[in-house]
Amino acid sequence: MPHPTLTRRTIIGSTAGLLAPAGRVVAAETTLLNVSYDPTRELYRALNPAFSTAWFEKTGERITINQSHGGSGAQARAVLDGLQADVVTLALAADIDALARRGLIAMDWQKRLPDNSAPCTSTIVFLVRAGNPRVVRDWPDLVKPDVAVITPNPKTSGGARWNFLAALAWAERQPGATEASAEDFMRRLFHQVPVLDTGARGATNSFAQRGLGDVLLAWENEAWLARQEFGSDDYQIVYPSLSILAEPPVSVVDRVVDKKDTRTAATAYLEFLYTRQAQTIIAKQHYRPRDPEVLEQYAESYPALKMATIQDFGGWDIAQARYFADGGLFDRIFTPGK
Amino acid sequence: MRLRANRSALPGFALTLGITLAWLSLIVVLPLALLVLRPWTLGAAGVWHSIAEPRVLAALRLSFGAAVLAAAVNVPFGLLVAWVMVRYRFPGRNLVDSLIDMPLALPTAVAGIALTALLAPKGWIGTLLTPLGIKVAYTPLGILVALVFVGLPFVVRTLEPVLMDLPMEAEEVAATLGATRAQTLRRVVLPALMPALLAGFAAALARGIGEYGSVIFIAGNMPMISEIAPLLIVIRLEQLDYAGAAALALVMLLASFGILLLLNLLQWRMARRAS
Repeated sequence: MPHPTLTRRTIIGSTAGLLAPAGRVVAAETTLLNVSYDPTRELYRALNPAFSTAWFEKTGERITINQSHGGSGAQARAVLDGLQADVVTLALAADIDALARRGLIAMDWQKRLPDNSAPCTSTIVFLVRAGNPRVVRDWPDLVKPDVAVITPNPKTSGGARWNFLAALAWAERQPGATEASAEDFMRRLFHQVPVLDTGARGATNSFAQRGLGDVLLAWENEAWLARQEFGSDDYQIVYPSLSILAEPPVSVVDRVVDKKDTRTAATAYLEFLYTRQAQTIIAKQHYRPRDPEVLEQYAESYPALKMATIQDFGGWDIAQARYFADGGLFDRIFTPGK
Repeated sequence: MRLRANRSALPGFALTLGITLAWLSLIVVLPLALLVLRPWTLGAAGVWHSIAEPRVLAALRLSFGAAVLAAAVNVPFGLLVAWVMVRYRFPGRNLVDSLIDMPLALPTAVAGIALTALLAPKGWIGTLLTPLGIKVAYTPLGILVALVFVGLPFVVRTLEPVLMDLPMEAEEVAATLGATRAQTLRRVVLPALMPALLAGFAAALARGIGEYGSVIFIAGNMPMISEIAPLLIVIRLEQLDYAGAAALALVMLLASFGILLLLNLLQWRMARRAS
C-alpha cells in the first residue's frame, strides 16, 4: 500500500521543485512564520535578525523568520483557517485562547513561558497635538464637548479593546461609581468618537495623516512610533491617572510545529525574547521590557503608572462576553432605546 | 422537449451546455450553496435573531440604500459620458476612454484612500466644503461618493455598444418631422436606450451592494450610522462567529438576487416590447 502514495508524493514533490525558484531548493534552512498583530512590525523586524544570528552561533543552523501582520483577531482566524504559523504573537490572550479551544495549541499555553507568556508589556496612553490645545490630562477630559477622540473599533481591533477596558477601569474606580455610571461614561466617551477604524494603525493614520480628532487612544509603543514617524514636535504623549497593563502574549502553535518539525527552533525563538539582548531591543522599540534591570535602564521612557489588569475584569472570557460580544456593552452603547 | 425544438444548426450543443452547467456549478453554485447551508447551525430562531438586530438592519438599509442611490446617480452621468464617447471624436479621447476603466482596474482600497485623502476635513476638497458645513468623508455621503466612483464604468460600458447601434437617422427623421431636441431625446432616444440603462443600473447596483474596500476607508464605520453590511460580516468573522456572518451574507445574497432578477425581467420585457 505505501508504494502508490510514495510515487504520488514524489511526483508532487518534483513538480513543486520545478515550480519553486532554484535557490530555495538548495538552501535547506529552517523557516519560521511569526503571525503577529498590527503594530509589532518594527519590533520583530528588529528582533528577528538578532535571533537568527544568536541561533546560528549556537547551532550552526541558518534560520529565517517570516512575519505576517494584521488585526489580532483576523490573524488568529487566519491561523485557524490554516495559515501555517509556527508561532503566534498576538495582541491579547483571548485570540490565542481561541486557537487553544480549537485544538491548535495546548490549553495550558500561557503557563509554558514566564510572565503569562508575555515577554513585554505595554499600556494605553493619549496622543495629543503639540501644546495639548484641548488641555487633555485625564479620562474625564475626553468627554468635554469640544474634544474628538480617535480609537479603532473594539470588535475588530485588539488594541481598541485595551483602550475600551482602560477607560472602563477608570470609570469603575471613581468615587460612588456604579455599573450604570461606568456605562454612562463609556456611552459619552464613544459619543466623542467621529470615526471607528478597523485597526490600530488605521486609527493612527486617521489621527496623524487625516488630521482627525484631538486625542488618539493608542498603545504606548504606537504613540511613540507616531511621534517618530509624523514629527515629535507635532505630537505629545499624555499619561492618564490610570491605564491598563496590556500583556501581548506569545505561543508556539503546537499543531504546526509538530507537523513541520520546528518545535525546537520555534521554542528557542520565543525564549530568546526574554534574554537581556532581546529585552533591550524591546525597550528601544517602545515596549515595556519585563527584565527589571533593562526597565530600570529605560525608566525615563516608561513612567510608572497606575494600571488595572485584565484579571480585574475577570479575565478575557468574561470581558469578551460582557463588553465585546454581540449584545455586549459596546453594542448597547450604539443601539438606541436599549 | 424544448431542447429538441430549439436545436441549432451548429453542432456541439449538448457538450457546450454540459460544460457551461458544470463550470457554473463549480464556480458559482457550489460556494453559494455552502453559504446557504452554513447559517443553520444557529437554528432558525438563531438566524432570525442574528439578522433582526437593529444594528444589522441599519447596516443593510445603508448598504442597499447607498447602492441604489449611487446607481441612480451613475445612470444620467454615465449616459452623458457614453454619449460623448460614442458620438464625438475629440483630442485625448483615447485617454478619457482608459480613464473610464480606472475604477475597475484600481485596487478598491487605493480608491478609498485617495477619496478619503481628498474629502477628509484637511483634504483638498474637504477644506473647501468644511466652511459650508458639508461633511463628506466619514459620513454616509462619503459612502455614496465611493460607490458612484466604482459604479461609473459599469453604466458607461453597458451603454456604449447600444448607443453605437442607435441609428443617427432616427434622430434626423425626428428632427425633420419637427420634433424639438427635448422631444427627440424623450420620445426617440431614451426609449431605445431604456433596457441598456436598466442593465447599467443593475450592474452598478450589484457592484455597490457588495463593495467593501473603497467604502471602508471613507465611511467612518460608526454603528447605526455609517457601518455597511459587508463590514458587519467581517466583524462577525473576526469574532469567529462564522454562522452569524453566513446568516448576514445569506440575507444580502437573497436580496441582491431578488433585485437583480427583477431588473433582468423588467429589462427583458422592455427589450421584447421594443422589438
